Amino acid sequence: MAGVIGVSALALAGCAGGGGGASAPDALTFLKNSENTTTEPILDALADGECAAEQKVLPLEVSSVPQAELDAQVQLLASQNGLPAMFSAGGNPAEGAKLVEQGVILDLDEALTDLGVRDKISEGAVSTIEKLYGGKFSFLPFQYNIEGIFYNKALFAENGWEEPQTWTELTDLAAEVKAAGYTPFAASGEQGWPLTRLVSGYTFRSLGADALQKVADGDAKLTDPEYVEAAQAIADLGAEGYFGENVTSLDYDAATNEFLTGNAAMIYMGSWLLGNINSDANAIGAENVGFMPFPAVEGGAGDIGEYPANVGLPATFGSKTYTPEVADWLGCIAENYGNAAAEQGQITGFISDVEVEQNEVTATISDTIATSTDSVLWFEALFPAKASSVSSTNAALLVTGQLSAEDFMALVQDAIDNP
Amino acid sequence: MNSVLGDKKAIAILLGPALLVYTLITMVPVLWSFGLTFFKGNPLQGFEFNGIVNYQRIFTDSYVHDAFWFTIKYAIITSIGQIILGYGLALLYMFVLKKSSTLVRTLVFFPVVLPTVAISLLYQKLFQSAPNDGLINELLVNVGLGSVDWLGAGDTAFIVIVIMDIWRSMGFYGVLLFSGLLDIPEDIIESARIDGARFWSLLRHIILPMSLPILFASIIFSLNGTVKVFDSVFALTAGGPGNQTTPLTLYMYRTAFQFSDYGYGSTIALLLTIICLVITLMLFRSSRRDNTL
Repeated sequence: MAGVIGVSALALAGCAGGGGGASAPDALTFLKNSENTTTEPILDALADGECAAEQKVLPLEVSSVPQAELDAQVQLLASQNGLPAMFSAGGNPAEGAKLVEQGVILDLDEALTDLGVRDKISEGAVSTIEKLYGGKFSFLPFQYNIEGIFYNKALFAENGWEEPQTWTELTDLAAEVKAAGYTPFAASGEQGWPLTRLVSGYTFRSLGADALQKVADGDAKLTDPEYVEAAQAIADLGAEGYFGENVTSLDYDAATNEFLTGNAAMIYMGSWLLGNINSDANAIGAENVGFMPFPAVEGGAGDIGEYPANVGLPATFGSKTYTPEVADWLGCIAENYGNAAAEQGQITGFISDVEVEQNEVTATISDTIATSTDSVLWFEALFPAKASSVSSTNAALLVTGQLSAEDFMALVQDAIDNP
Repeated sequence: MNSVLGDKKAIAILLGPALLVYTLITMVPVLWSFGLTFFKGNPLQGFEFNGIVNYQRIFTDSYVHDAFWFTIKYAIITSIGQIILGYGLALLYMFVLKKSSTLVRTLVFFPVVLPTVAISLLYQKLFQSAPNDGLINELLVNVGLGSVDWLGAGDTAFIVIVIMDIWRSMGFYGVLLFSGLLDIPEDIIESARIDGARFWSLLRHIILPMSLPILFASIIFSLNGTVKVFDSVFALTAGGPGNQTTPLTLYMYRTAFQFSDYGYGSTIALLLTIICLVITLMLFRSSRRDNTL
């Protein structure tokens, strides 16, 4: 009896180890994070337009998973050899780098050079990708974003408010906004990262562009007083009620709508918001939206010209499902994504060569991307998965006062030390 | 027929294959998971042996402590709620509604059939506080109390989870316990009534003792189910805010799949298994002492 069980166990173990081979895909399956509403419209436009031929051979099939679960889902699929042809990954860059290490992702440098479209990707985007994902160009910059504060220009003009240049000016402005009956900052506590972006923004301005690299390398700790000061500054914003009521339960769409319907005066967000700003869902009108950098901290080592830059939650192609038909799609996307995106008012890491009418806010952002002095990353960028999760799930507790600044930083530092 | 079913060897041959498959499918993953508790890693990057480090870690991990106490707290409170309300419903069907109880039984049972995720989304909207107030907050505001961010703090989110799960499953326990009450012979109740017994003494002296077996079965069922809660909590709060509503199952899921450590995740799974085992053994032992099973 024991022998039978033993043999069967071995047989089952053998089964699980190998896994089935990935078969050639019969559709361009694309797994993305549900919160990304900007990539699919452009791919659909390409499928109807310039890539219609590729669409016929391999129709585009998009499926979504919530962002918080995406990395786990992709890892599971990777270990079962069941990755779709195209997928988003690297919500946490450390997880993305793992996939690169395991060889499940296509070497885009090589693939794009073979297809003759390598020059369609902007070098700035490539260098950000390499900084984040273990030194290799393995993700496509469907978004190339800088972050800053979008504000309601009409509201500012009506009340005589100016763009704040320093942190003190920003907090004074927030007080005036609140007194006027509007929510100063729209932010999603449910997502958490919009709040921790403010913490990293303050950190980079007060301690310099390498402040979080030092933490990742172990040369500094988040529990050091100068880092706790950044968390405290954001906790103070929450204590004054500048995030509005019940920020903890506000999800991403609701927070964006708070700004786009005029209830909130400002929102810290990345330039991917342009997709929403330039769409019909924008109730205040694109011409009423302004963009300004995160203010400087008085006496800080950072520079107001350093914009946080990222490539959003990027997508890539699997190495095991890269058939010639998929290659055709990749070539078509690389050639035309830049132009299709520009027509929809989005800025990406793909170079576009059409002259598009840009409204003021889009033009400001394009120019800033072209002329910014240095880019910085974001709070969780260089942290392992657990620290990233702890940081975003506890951010709302920081701003509602349920967690003190010291405790919040201690929690995150503990998760960095014990992944 | 009797000669076939009476013969032990024949039974072994007939049951053998199915029993083997069943044993392998249930036991092999359990043993595999137990084996994983001595490793660290994940299928993508491989496993490395690290002895009893996972076991040492589970005793000092504050996240495990929080999740453990949350699981226990939730299991006890929800089980008590489910059983008491279920029993109350069963008594209602038996004594008040009698023949016309079918409609009420069906309506109250209906939430059991609904997907837990759908119910969680329903309750998210009911208890919503941002950007607009949901139904409950509207009622509170209309009565004169302020609106509450129900899912914004651990305590209030716990209340919502408990209400949601009790609402969902009390219909099931109502029907289950009702079937147990039906087994009580009518004549005993009649004769007790004739002797002048009021409802409360009827309950205490006749109904409760005679429905003890089904009550025990329901308690075991309920405790085992609530200790393993996952989908309703995951869909409602995702364990938030922070990790204030994270049960052991959710923490185990996160550790294994999000933080990519199958070894430590398996250790937490082992802890959960031991908890369920202890609960079941405790209840079986106390019921055997009563000699009612």
